[in-house]
Amino acid sequence: MPTTDTILELEDVKTHFPVERGFIFRRRVGTVKAVDGVSLTLRKGEVLGLVGESGCGKSTLARTIMHLVPVTGGRVRLDGKNLADSSSDEMSAVRLRLQLVFQDPYASLNPRMNVHDAIAEPMIVHKVVPKDRITARVAEIMTLVGLAPRFMKKYPHEFSGGQRQRIAIARALALEPEVIIADEPVSALDVSIQAQILNLLASLTRKMGLSLIFIAHDLSVVKHISDRVAVMYLGKIVELGPAVDVIERPKHPYTRALVSAIPVPDPDIERSRKRIVLPGDPPSPLNPPAGCAFHPRCPFVQERCKAAVPPLVATGPGREAACVRLDEI
Amino acid sequence: MPLLNVTDLRTYFHTRNGVVRAVDGVSFTVEKGETLGIVGESGSGKSVTCYSMMGLIPTPPGRIESGSAVFDGVDLLNCSNRECRAIRGKRIAMIFQDPMTSLNPYLRISEQVVEPLVIHDGISGKEARKRAIAALEEVGINDAASRLDHYPHEFSGGMRQRVMIAMALITQPELLIADEPTTALDVTVQAQILELIKRIQQTHHMAVIFITHDLGVVSGLCDRVQVMYAGRIVETGDTRELFKNPRHPYTRALQKSIPSMQPKGQSLYTITGMPPDMSRPMPGCAFAPRCEFAVERCRNEVPALAEMAHGHSTSCLRVQSGEL
Repeated sequence: MPTTDTILELEDVKTHFPVERGFIFRRRVGTVKAVDGVSLTLRKGEVLGLVGESGCGKSTLARTIMHLVPVTGGRVRLDGKNLADSSSDEMSAVRLRLQLVFQDPYASLNPRMNVHDAIAEPMIVHKVVPKDRITARVAEIMTLVGLAPRFMKKYPHEFSGGQRQRIAIARALALEPEVIIADEPVSALDVSIQAQILNLLASLTRKMGLSLIFIAHDLSVVKHISDRVAVMYLGKIVELGPAVDVIERPKHPYTRALVSAIPVPDPDIERSRKRIVLPGDPPSPLNPPAGCAFHPRCPFVQERCKAAVPPLVATGPGREAACVRLDEI
Repeated sequence: MPLLNVTDLRTYFHTRNGVVRAVDGVSFTVEKGETLGIVGESGSGKSVTCYSMMGLIPTPPGRIESGSAVFDGVDLLNCSNRECRAIRGKRIAMIFQDPMTSLNPYLRISEQVVEPLVIHDGISGKEARKRAIAALEEVGINDAASRLDHYPHEFSGGMRQRVMIAMALITQPELLIADEPTTALDVTVQAQILELIKRIQQTHHMAVIFITHDLGVVSGLCDRVQVMYAGRIVETGDTRELFKNPRHPYTRALQKSIPSMQPKGQSLYTITGMPPDMSRPMPGCAFAPRCEFAVERCRNEVPALAEMAHGHSTSCLRVQSGEL
């Protein structure tokens, strides 16, 4: 169960990438605002779902939290301590507590390392387990993620996608982190395998008291696993709140369209319901529209939507949305 | 008479690790103007079935071992190249999962969209260009006349899939095979493409075979569904009937493992184990090792599809004998 203690806090986090031209005289011709002012809190033991379409900045946000890409603005605090102030030694200690699981288990595991070495590597790097205990610890973690320890000497290519994702999760768990950020961990998997990995993540968070940031583009998956959900559009959070509440009663026009776009696996409902089909594609973060970034695709757009960026405002218990017309639509 | 009648199609791949039975005795029909959904997980043989009909199986290692696919009196699997060419790409068109890799990055859209017209109908020049503009406008590309001279990389994923659809439709095919056309797209774009396919299917009165792993996509689009597992059809029926009353344990399990169908907080329903290794011979039902209802008989006897109710067939031995 989530408690009220905040473990991770983001305050107005920005990740801007310069776009440069020229070989000798490099000049800046633009900025990609991949993450543009995100404030979020993650409580101990909480599962926070982060949804959005490709290019909305959700993966960049994950990498920003891990400080794998430079933070260009704002603060990321772990247990109240701003990570930007940390020395490199302190940062390495922070990485013990924060771990990342990637989307594609075919690309994120070294094909020339067997399972034992892959899971042992973080323990050796961070010197958290005495050398003679490592193999026993690897076996323990493998059992925890549902892999038989006898497969320890096998290589990634000998496993299926779902099993590889278990290895990737085992690797993240090796350091007993407090926060795991899972970046689309089930998108590359088949439906029946997806459910196995989701169950594993859910049971691990409960058993180990982990906090999880679960990034996905599939709202039904997010609804199932998350306590709270944040919806991102073009580098900003447009809606935030308890998962079931947000997905069953979305307020922001973008969230509404996103929910409505999910096909319902029931022919009677699917054929009778009215689907909101958004026109066009998400805009480029290099050249975002003025005002609310969603306005060119929004069915409720007005003149004032184009004028100023709407702030996130409270709309109900634990809920926030960034739209100026919330009361009218 | 059905538009397409596939009987006992078997496509095997002869690899160093043994014979992979990718499609192992598949029979089905597609009527004129009908939308058939083929659902299955990766490796179930849903794409290979359609690739076999279109002559897209790399040979070797692949080989069509037996079967026929009769389209309007012509067997696509045993006909002269000339006869085949008159059908494939003209009367049967196909769109693929990844619109980036199925368009040629070196050629302008104009050259690619008119290619079927040049090859099949001998139309080129101004007339072809006019038809291409009309085709792009029909799939919802604004400013088609100038977009026609762009290269594929200048289009977004959803737009590229629209271009693919325009290209497929330009020869007015009677059957469109769509191989997971929305899997690589974002949900809001997926919704656009699904609406587009639905609209075009109705206006052209065209038959569609829609291959997908997503039961949700099928439910709104298809008249009939067939579920494949390990190279065989395990269940087929009218969409509404199949969703309301799934009979095969695999179909039931697939439906139960959709996250949105399950109460929050509980563990998701999972199908234990993994899809079978198709290079090993399967003496019984391929799903038996993962099936919670399997009995001794299921492991020894290869089940055949049998009709249980009007148009609703299943290949489960225990359902057929009335035990489930």
